Amino acid sequence: MIIKALSADRTISWVVASFAILAIVGLMVPNWVLNGTMFGLARGLAVLGLLVLWRTGLVSFGHALYFGLGAYAVALLEKYTGVSDVFVRLAVALATAAAVGFMLGFVLRNHRGIFFAMLSLAFSMVLYGVLIKSEALGSTDGFSVSQTTILGWQPETKYPLFLTIILTGVVAAVGMQIYFRSALGHLTTAVRDNEIRVEYLGYSVAQAIHIKYVLSAALTGAAGGLFAMALGQVDPDSMVNWTVSGELVFISILSGPGSVAAPFIGAVAFEFLRTFAFELAPHAWQLIVGGTLLGIILFLPRGLWSLIERLPMRQERDRE
Amino acid sequence: MQATTTLLIDGLVYASYLFIVSVGLTIVFGVMKILNIAHGGFYAWGAYAAAYSIGVAAHFGLPDWIGFIMIGLSSLCVGFIFGFLIERLILRRLYHHEEVIVLLATFGLFLVLEDLILLVFGVNPYFAYQPMVYLGSVEMGGISRDVYSLSLIILACVVAFVCWYILSLTKWGKILATVIYDREISLAIGINVTTIYVWTFIFGATLGALGGAYIAPTISVAPGISIDVIVLSFAVVVIGGMGSIPGALIGAAMVGMLRAFAVHQFPELELFVVFAVMAIVLMIRPEGLFAPVKARRI
Repeated sequence: MIIKALSADRTISWVVASFAILAIVGLMVPNWVLNGTMFGLARGLAVLGLLVLWRTGLVSFGHALYFGLGAYAVALLEKYTGVSDVFVRLAVALATAAAVGFMLGFVLRNHRGIFFAMLSLAFSMVLYGVLIKSEALGSTDGFSVSQTTILGWQPETKYPLFLTIILTGVVAAVGMQIYFRSALGHLTTAVRDNEIRVEYLGYSVAQAIHIKYVLSAALTGAAGGLFAMALGQVDPDSMVNWTVSGELVFISILSGPGSVAAPFIGAVAFEFLRTFAFELAPHAWQLIVGGTLLGIILFLPRGLWSLIERLPMRQERDRE
Repeated sequence: MQATTTLLIDGLVYASYLFIVSVGLTIVFGVMKILNIAHGGFYAWGAYAAAYSIGVAAHFGLPDWIGFIMIGLSSLCVGFIFGFLIERLILRRLYHHEEVIVLLATFGLFLVLEDLILLVFGVNPYFAYQPMVYLGSVEMGGISRDVYSLSLIILACVVAFVCWYILSLTKWGKILATVIYDREISLAIGINVTTIYVWTFIFGATLGALGGAYIAPTISVAPGISIDVIVLSFAVVVIGGMGSIPGALIGAAMVGMLRAFAVHQFPELELFVVFAVMAIVLMIRPEGLFAPVKARRI
């Protein structure tokens, strides 16, 4: 029954199929491509978190808070308990972020627009302010994260971690797709369009936003945890500072809100755009990134995904 | 007693610096409803332009006081060139977008301005200590302080006075108040809103550049200087109330004093207190501590 319902949804079958292909391709590519894809997919997971909010019309300019929380949860878990198992790490990162998101959600669910963005920014900078000044947490240098183990087994390559990231990505993307199709998920766009009408339908807008916020925090926290495992290092400036939040929002603009697959495509594209920009013009990569951001806002407001939506075969299908 | 004086003066100097940087941000938000991250870019450009031109002046053996003229000139140049170009070429196309999307666009601009600095000035730091040496130092409360830092307080007073004068006592101020109150009605009664927007943005950009230019002699002007500054001035503007000039004054005073207190008493809380206050203010009074609740004024 469930399987039938799932396979009826084309997005889900496409997502599962392309991630499966990616998993096979991962076996054949050189290490640097594998690394780049890992970073990209991990960031994509965080951007998927932002997408949940963006569809409601909320832009968080402080999601580095959850990204950083996830990453530091993984690092501190190892420092104090020595646990390096991938599943425990992932669960701890996700749970930490979700718990903090749940608490802050009570405040943030009453804010909209620019105030939502600014309050998120303030919360993330509070964490940043704590991290860069506390010696126990590694201060500005951060500290390193050891190799990830899987149920006691210490893999020699990064491929198992890559598989884990892919698996998490699939589960998250499919889960979100099911969520968006549910009654609660349909509220997402309804809240953006007209909050008062949603209230009259008998739903609580504040509660709907709160749920989305916790989901979003959990996804971003898991992403931060995976990113820390892939990088083998945590530090405040590249994980918690406001520029990281800006980067994540940039990728969501680049990807567009059209599909749950878009964040992953956008994030991997961003990762390689940056790698190549670094190679070609080390002092101009921010210029390229910033210019792209402006260009997308001005000329492609629904992101890269809208290019895919315009493909002839998709348009035919939509007409059917 | 001596510790208190030191703390007060430190706080006041820092608050003045924050006020000069933030007031342009708040004016632009008040009039144009744009929360402008690129303001940090103007700050950095001001600092680089000033440091570079002071260096050139020193190279040709000009007297040290020329540095002050260079500071004024470079902030005017940066403000006029970037302010005009960015408003005309980019922001103009964004006015019909949501505030948050415009915020992101200014983030893109910020990144572009950051890298333009690297392309023009290179990655090595600049030092322009001449104006600071020129003013010398003075004994205050048993501690030697450089007069240059203290002069920041005077500059902040001048900036505050000029803003107050323009807004309260000139024709321009009345026109601005009308535009802030209702853009469409202003158009209907024959105010050229486009011109007002251009001049407001140039004014704001010049103030941002002035903040950077004036602080340049006291710091090493290196890549990335604006990253911390812009987020601090966001805190200042939010605490006082976005779009309110008295708010920026009070926000700057609060952040300046808090930070000075934290640095002296609990150094590990330096940044934490600033953003904790910002978060608390947003939670309780999102429109800011000293902004009127409904009508937005400047």
